[in-house]
Amino acid sequence: MPKQEVVAMLLAGGQGSRLGVLTKNLAKPAVPYGGKYRIIDFPLSNCVNSGIESVGVLTQYQPLLLNEYIGSGQPWDLDSMNAGVRVLPPYQRSRKSDWYKGTANAIYQNINFIERYNPDYVVVLSGDHIYKMDYSKMVAFHKENDAACTIAVIEVPMEEASRFGILNTNEDGSIYQFDEKPKVPKSNKASMGIYVFTWSKLRKYLEEDEANPKSSNDFGKDVLPAMLNAGERMFAYPFQGYWKDVGTIESLWESNMDLLNPNVDLDLSEESWKIYSRNPVMPPHYVAKDAKVQNSLVAEGCNVYGEIDFAVLFAGVYIAPGAQVKDSIIMPGARIEENAIVQYAIVAENAVIGKGSVVGARPEDIENKDEWGVAVVGSGCVLAPGTTVPPKAMIDAETLAEEGSK
Amino acid sequence: MMRGNNILGILFANVHEEKIRELTEKRTMGSVPFGGRYRLIDFPLSNLVNSGINKVGVVTKGNYQSLMDHLGSGKAWDLSRKSSGLFMLPPFGHESLVNNSRIESLESIMRFLTNSQEEYVVLSDCDVICNIDYRDVMVTHMKNQADITVVYRYGKLPKMISNPSVYTIDPDGRVRDMVINPRQSGECNFGMSMLLMRRDLLIQMVTECVSRNLYNFKRDFLQRNIEKYRIYTYEFTGFAQNICSMNSYFEANMALMLPKVRSQLFDSNRPIFTKVRDNMPARYGLGANVSNSLVADGCVIEGSVENCVLFRGVKVDKGSKLENCVIMQDSEIGPNCKLNYVVIDKDVVIKNDRSLMGFQSYPVFISKGSVV
Repeated sequence: MPKQEVVAMLLAGGQGSRLGVLTKNLAKPAVPYGGKYRIIDFPLSNCVNSGIESVGVLTQYQPLLLNEYIGSGQPWDLDSMNAGVRVLPPYQRSRKSDWYKGTANAIYQNINFIERYNPDYVVVLSGDHIYKMDYSKMVAFHKENDAACTIAVIEVPMEEASRFGILNTNEDGSIYQFDEKPKVPKSNKASMGIYVFTWSKLRKYLEEDEANPKSSNDFGKDVLPAMLNAGERMFAYPFQGYWKDVGTIESLWESNMDLLNPNVDLDLSEESWKIYSRNPVMPPHYVAKDAKVQNSLVAEGCNVYGEIDFAVLFAGVYIAPGAQVKDSIIMPGARIEENAIVQYAIVAENAVIGKGSVVGARPEDIENKDEWGVAVVGSGCVLAPGTTVPPKAMIDAETLAEEGSK
Repeated sequence: MMRGNNILGILFANVHEEKIRELTEKRTMGSVPFGGRYRLIDFPLSNLVNSGINKVGVVTKGNYQSLMDHLGSGKAWDLSRKSSGLFMLPPFGHESLVNNSRIESLESIMRFLTNSQEEYVVLSDCDVICNIDYRDVMVTHMKNQADITVVYRYGKLPKMISNPSVYTIDPDGRVRDMVINPRQSGECNFGMSMLLMRRDLLIQMVTECVSRNLYNFKRDFLQRNIEKYRIYTYEFTGFAQNICSMNSYFEANMALMLPKVRSQLFDSNRPIFTKVRDNMPARYGLGANVSNSLVADGCVIEGSVENCVLFRGVKVDKGSKLENCVIMQDSEIGPNCKLNYVVIDKDVVIKNDRSLMGFQSYPVFISKGSVV
């Protein structure tokens, strides 16, 4: 196998339980985003655009759709002869087989995969962030500093810093302390969950971590602190630009809405940094005579007869005459029937919102703000005509079927 | 009953280009953009693939840069295969004359025809938009024990159509008479330039024609052989539109606004494939006002658009008003323009405050890369 200077490892095995019904039968990186993408398109496209040709995707939770989506890697140009994208599930071995016990253990179990490329550096990525980033610049920064580990950081507002893993750094950018969700943050440099390691160093610490029975085998909790305590050179790489963790319903919804805001610095149409995805084979979308379409993103194959405003419509969505969709995300193949009103909601793949149904509500229409939140209709749910889905509710197809049979 | 891989597909990419000179100045008929994201060849090519045919030769004779660029390895049609797949068949360099007739074209690909293993051949042009399943044509062909099955439609002859074949068909579906380019106004059975036959018979008939110096496909290949061979017919009843003038091109685009046409043409079991471009979904801005229009990925719309087909990557700026237009990929319409009945080719820039008006029967055409 020819040598690859950099190999990327993408952690895609987590359940993403905070996304509720959206990840019930779907791994988090496969969750649809932005009208035609899935979250994993971002790290994969970033890899390709950064010149990284070998990517291992570590899967464990509900991998079927994710495996199918990645396929040969052709949509991302990751199907080259000696490199490309490889899906890496846990596997049985002659002794000590196990599931991936933690992020570090997942990489540990695939040391053989990495070694085949004999890389100098390994980039560790996660599958739940929306951002465009040139990893090659980060690797160059890592080399310049002769670091063992470089962690990408983004400056967050000081008042929000206590929600993040904060890195405290010296003037030269070297890290002297990790502060996980600090009550009183000393800095506003939040870790983005993007790491560059010198492979020989990482390998050593992974093996030591594995030998420690008390370890939870996690990068953030175990491996990185161990490296810092041992006095390794660790640096914070400052990133500027759009970055969002889309691990919760609210943040996923917000990040989709960010695409509709011209003042947000996230342009997916940039020729020099395309975000690749598996494209649906559908005709252009149709906007009917009496439709109203504003401030929205609309993908191929949609038929819009009703009114949409601040909506993200994925491929093949149908909006019936008289239906209204506002501040909402409608995932592939969903149907919003006549006179239904969908506001501040996420309607997942192939769901049907029956005639005259009301899903979600505007925050200004709710007195008790604690009761407000984005409503979610799970994939494949068929709501009977006239159904009301209150804000913050989460409907999934199985419970809906059970209720229907009562 | 029938195996798709037992049929070879042959498409003729350069046909009747003189009919839409504006659009074919720098491209083949097959690579004329259509319907917001397609090229004309996507329809016949997808039809072949969806009928289970996985070996297709594309015959070209000139102007085929855009065609090669579009088709690439054939991957988008699932035709990037080991032993079969897509074969580009441009003319050989030493041929002093480019192939002017269908017979000459077929003669020039004789080696491709003889080296193929498939028992049958489907021949088709690129200037008819439709979604046809050749498996049905094959069933008819077998049932009739035909030598040749031609595909036809019943109806009024499209205006401006080039040398149509009009068939007289007996109750069994056999062709009893065939006239070429008759002056008639009523409804008739006219050919769609698609036929199915055995490969060895095609080779034999082409060789015969060449040996007698007969080079007119319709007259010498079909018309002369009505008595000699069992020529049967298959009637296609779905939506079809010949592209044989700027008007018919414009109308075919506008027909896509009808739900019935879209559901027939873009049957989800027989999808129309095309080259992938990785655009983001279309973006509508504040104040966008769109009605009865087909809009492709990558468009950015801030103005008003009515009865239009917008191809991938088209931009319509604030205050502009577009009615009855076909705007091809990556063209940009500046602020405060007024456009009515305009066909705009690729990469055109219309600057601010321009006003362009055509008429339904004569849309204005702006050629590729122009700046207005």
